[in-house]
Amino acid sequence: MPAPSSCGADAVAQTFPLIVRRELRLALRRKGDVLNVLVFFVVVASLFPLGVGPEPNQLRAMAAGVVWIAALLAAVLSLPRLFAADYADGTLEQMLVSPQPLVVIVLAKAAAHWLLTGLPLALAAPLIGLQYDLPAVALGVLLASLLIGTPVLSLLGAAGAALTLGVRGGGALLGLLVLPLFVPVLVFGAGAVTSTLIGINPSAHLSLLGAFLAVSSLIGPWAACAALRVALD
Amino acid sequence: MTSDLFRFAAPQAFFPLAGKLIPWFWVLAGVLTLAGLYVAFFVAPTDHQQGEAYRIIFIHVPAAWMSMFLYVVMAGWAGLGLALNTRLSGMMASAIAPTGAMFTFVALWSGALWGRPTWGAYWVWDARLTSELVLLFLYLGFIALKSAIPDPVRADRAGAILALVGVVNVPIIYFSVQWWNTLHQGASVSLTRAPSMASTMLLGMLLMALAAWMYSIATALCRVRTIILERERDAEWVRMTKDQMRAAA
Repeated sequence: MPAPSSCGADAVAQTFPLIVRRELRLALRRKGDVLNVLVFFVVVASLFPLGVGPEPNQLRAMAAGVVWIAALLAAVLSLPRLFAADYADGTLEQMLVSPQPLVVIVLAKAAAHWLLTGLPLALAAPLIGLQYDLPAVALGVLLASLLIGTPVLSLLGAAGAALTLGVRGGGALLGLLVLPLFVPVLVFGAGAVTSTLIGINPSAHLSLLGAFLAVSSLIGPWAACAALRVALD
Repeated sequence: MTSDLFRFAAPQAFFPLAGKLIPWFWVLAGVLTLAGLYVAFFVAPTDHQQGEAYRIIFIHVPAAWMSMFLYVVMAGWAGLGLALNTRLSGMMASAIAPTGAMFTFVALWSGALWGRPTWGAYWVWDARLTSELVLLFLYLGFIALKSAIPDPVRADRAGAILALVGVVNVPIIYFSVQWWNTLHQGASVSLTRAPSMASTMLLGMLLMALAAWMYSIATALCRVRTIILERERDAEWVRMTKDQMRAAA
């Protein structure tokens, strides 16, 4: 795996916002794709009370888990599109051979993915929390946990998306690959809210979530770059 | 000396070596299993709390150990293949994965059979059970990814990246699940074993663990030989080996 040709901090500082802006502009031209993921998230979260019954205490206890699992599923649903279009029209190949470091491009794409899926989900989550009768404090913690945790889904998910690029049955396979890796996010994310409900300070959970975000921002882009090089070999 | 060893990194050189080693590992696995089972059933005392049901640990604990150990070994081979671009490393990783998944399943299954009489439930969301289940998913993901990519070289590299990401995550998953367990579940189930384990119990468990280890090596070598033949089927040496075997038969 040859290292990308060295680039100054200037090039990095230029490439990152450039790619993010490009991804956002492309997404805005197909608003449906972005909205569908958000609607999917809300629909999944709304199905749980229909399945388990409307008992408020039970719903309050499971709210955080439901929201987080719906967020994981929505992320998995949206991840195949992360590289697919650029792979299909050859842009990805140009990105690989370009002098800009691939890892910056991948990071920018993951950041754009988060702005388009993770952030809207996090902002919509308190609304779902209200439906589940969560108290106001827990709603704030839920929002905080999603804001810290969903970038992990984009970062580790980028690796999964790159690994399954151009592979048959990629969507279901992607879920099988990345969902087990999301376990810590689910545990600490939902755990933060649940601990708030029973009167424990959620800062430990949120700190651990932040630590996992730090770790995955190292592993995710590295693995995604390596996998992209394999896919386009 | 080292150059002699590196010679076996070539599938062509490794194939006959593996063929010579396999019977030895099978014999070791067989002898250790017999010794281990003898100690397990006839020497080890009955547990004063759990009765005879505890004897499943002679399968369960070695299987659980091997399931975790084999994932690390698999990731090690995968990383080696990614770093040095050796063909055999990827094949070894592919050969180890099914055995690792099998041991993970055996650990879960035997745990369930032990849990029913001891805890009164086949499955509890205990930290160890849950992380073992996640480990099974990681194995299945690795196998699924490899089988979904038709080109073997690409499949090896993609699998290697996944295995390395997985091996970094395994401890994080383990501790997160442990944390989750202490938060969500009261002390309804305690996994702490009897305070001191009889030395014969430990001996039986160690013998069975060694047997499982030898078995893993034997099956992995058998499987890697098949993979070598499958991938190198067009190579000259495979044709010659085939002719030699036919002549010998």
